Amino acid sequence: MTAFFVLIRRDLALSARQAADALVAVMFAVLVVVLFPFGIGPEADILSRISAGVVWVAALLAAMLSLDRLFQADHDDGSLEQLALGPLPLWALALAKATAHWLVTGLPLIVASPILAIMLQMPTAGLATLVLAMALGTPCFSLLGAIGAALVLGARRGGVLVAFLILPLAIPVLIFGAAATEAALTAQEAAPHLMLLGACLLASLALAPAAAAAGLRQALG
Amino acid sequence: MTGSLHRFANPARFQRLSQAVLPWFAGGTVIAFVIGLYLALFGSPPDYQQGETVRIMYVHVPAAWMALGAYTTMALASAVALIWRHRLADLVAQSAAPIGAGFTVIALATGMLWGQPMWGTFWVWDARLTSVLVLLFLYLGYIALINAFDDPERGARAGAILALVGWINVPIVKFSVDWWNTLHQPASISRFAKPALHPSIMTPLLVMAIAFMLLFATLLLLRVRTATVEQRLRTLAMARARS
Repeated sequence: MTAFFVLIRRDLALSARQAADALVAVMFAVLVVVLFPFGIGPEADILSRISAGVVWVAALLAAMLSLDRLFQADHDDGSLEQLALGPLPLWALALAKATAHWLVTGLPLIVASPILAIMLQMPTAGLATLVLAMALGTPCFSLLGAIGAALVLGARRGGVLVAFLILPLAIPVLIFGAAATEAALTAQEAAPHLMLLGACLLASLALAPAAAAAGLRQALG
Repeated sequence: MTGSLHRFANPARFQRLSQAVLPWFAGGTVIAFVIGLYLALFGSPPDYQQGETVRIMYVHVPAAWMALGAYTTMALASAVALIWRHRLADLVAQSAAPIGAGFTVIALATGMLWGQPMWGTFWVWDARLTSVLVLLFLYLGYIALINAFDDPERGARAGAILALVGWINVPIVKFSVDWWNTLHQPASISRFAKPALHPSIMTPLLVMAIAFMLLFATLLLLRVRTATVEQRLRTLAMARARS
């Protein structure tokens, strides 16, 4: 258990030393959102209609952007092999890495999401649900992403490839997340969508570390 | 179980065996397609509501079945490859992927052509269509992944894990029409209930399904044979380069 938290703290310390790298993901999400009023036009009713989906897509893309670094740096300098030899089982290693990734990219995205939504004229009635749904959805992105990051270790064009592999798997999270916010905006019941989102989180929490561990084993093999 | 599987894992034995059965599969495919297409295009009545466009179904439905069947084949072969380290199982999984992607494209294309006259639109974002589109992306992602490594062995193992993870989409495709209220109709054919189709439509559909299955088996055997030979050539070339 201590090894688990030590690993998370190490990754957080590494990210803190390169704070600019960590913030790039959030800045990317902000820029994607800012592009939409230019592309679609500044009419408030159209923007507020698409706000939930745009914020979710931007968050998903931003989470994908930073995934290829998840294991790659440790793989390149050999510390991943040292970690694999340590007391921590591979699935716990993958879970710790995904947790650190979520703390560095997912958490700032959750904080930024209501601001982005307000910029897109989302009515305030949907903001609480949006934040709640993001809190359930962004960990799924990090966990699913850990599978992809482990699979592409050592591949050519790993960064693009990991997005290509993981985006289809992340579609259910996107659907339920956007639907929950949408339901809150139209004064419908958001709870069923949030529960399905929670189910996605629990399923990926149970399965993704094992799949990522299998991927790491092949990469180190 | 593993003993009998190991017998077929021997590539030389596989080459001999597949050589013997391949003409039968190929012949069966041609015969089934001739009978099935005749029944589908001429031997079955037009639908009272849909008219002649109902004949698209005889290609659309079997292609969609095989799109799922090929992915399941791929996932099973990947599991065998990961558990028992059969090189041949890797080749089966890798060879099944482009065929399955082809079936998925056929199912999507015929579905669009059928949707235009029936629903008034080529495409709707309902659960069945979306999940089949995701299936296509999973096939393409798998193909991209196995080709992304300098070491083909590493690509095969990464692909096997991805194929197993992606299999989660297969039941979603299958049950999407029951779980969500979709424009796409629910399944008309069930093993447990009395089929909702008249025999005059059911028979050509089943013959076409057999034809598509045989086509898949033939193409898969052919591709695995080619992949086995390619692999041997690569090994020989490497051995020559070393000496």
